[in-house]
Amino acid sequence: MRYDRQIKLDEVGVSGQEKLRNASVLIVGVGGLGCPAAQYLTGAGIGKIGLMDHDTISVSNLHRQVLYDENDLGKSKVLVAKEKLQRLNSEIELVAIEEALTIDNAEKLFSEYDLILDGTDNFETKYLINDACILAGKPWVYASIYKNEGQLSVFNYQNGPSYRCLFSKTTRQNVSCEATGVLGVVPGIFGMLQAMEALKIILGVGNVLSGKLKISNLLSGSEQILNIQKKPEEIEKVKKNGIMSVRMDCEMKDSDKKYLDVREEFEQPKVTAANVIHIPLGELQQRSNEIPEQEEVLVFCQSGKRSAKAVEMLQTDFGFQNLKNVEGGIKTIING
Amino acid sequence: MKVTLKYFGVIAESAGKSEEVLELEQGLSLRELKDQQIKTYQIQDAGSVQIAVNQNLNNEVELKEGDEVAFLPPFAGG
Repeated sequence: MRYDRQIKLDEVGVSGQEKLRNASVLIVGVGGLGCPAAQYLTGAGIGKIGLMDHDTISVSNLHRQVLYDENDLGKSKVLVAKEKLQRLNSEIELVAIEEALTIDNAEKLFSEYDLILDGTDNFETKYLINDACILAGKPWVYASIYKNEGQLSVFNYQNGPSYRCLFSKTTRQNVSCEATGVLGVVPGIFGMLQAMEALKIILGVGNVLSGKLKISNLLSGSEQILNIQKKPEEIEKVKKNGIMSVRMDCEMKDSDKKYLDVREEFEQPKVTAANVIHIPLGELQQRSNEIPEQEEVLVFCQSGKRSAKAVEMLQTDFGFQNLKNVEGGIKTIING
Repeated sequence: MKVTLKYFGVIAESAGKSEEVLELEQGLSLRELKDQQIKTYQIQDAGSVQIAVNQNLNNEVELKEGDEVAFLPPFAGG
């Protein structure tokens, strides 16, 4: 029978196989990491696997995303993956989600799965996964690749540390595998290590890599396991503020400029950098004393309209000389 | 005091090595060591670099003979 070879293991058995059948995993990003993870989790008989990606298959994917083949070029990754994986195992449910993960869809989507497997290739989405997992109360299996080196960990598992406990500050220098180059085997191995962590979590066996960061260099053969310290304030910040936009965070943190955000508290994306003051337009008159007068302050809102009003009012009514409107709003600061 | 430094990801590339042993002045703090190495190898975005002493990240300890200090950058490829 199909699962005989794994049921034979003491760690699995008939009851373990039942756990796998009742489990659900959402794979965000079905590329170099997500493909091998999806293949092995499908083989293992995970009851429901969500496949999320908005990308299509290109020829430069094929050296590492070996689930796909030459006939699939230009097609949706998740639709092709679903079809092929279903042929591997017709007994499980595969859900293709042809969308990007966003602030708006993440938390609700995560609540429908037991755990999240991170197959993404950028910091924005990793922080988004982290924050949404904290809010939805789900563990996630993380991996990242830089050339021949990979990082692996499990976050938000049984009150363990989060990704923000490891990297509370990020870098603007995101380098993708496309940019640096990578041998297909490297994400392949890490995607499978992620699948192994997912199986351990579901089966409740072994040592889950929570609170630890495994770093392997597959070229030199060196391996390190570092202990991650939980920073409860990083987790509380997410619970209090909701999903925080990291793109804004890192764009502004490195800048020595001062910003004034005149948007309402609920507006997305949120900005939590220390060099940003938040005063909604309607409160500016009472709180104008909180705005520095000596250095240049860039005033922004969502589109640039409210902030233009704010600048005009603060100049006319309070005599500020140091304010400059960010035309085009928050998006121009992100892109710029 | 002799301390072993380990570099990962793009930091190992900036340094041109993944490991070195340095003879440090007694009493040099972890922060001073970090600043010194960041300057030596012109490591970018120093604020995002995490330091582990004897495999423990974010550990504010006093450096001592034989310590192993790891320099870890975030990366996000997949």
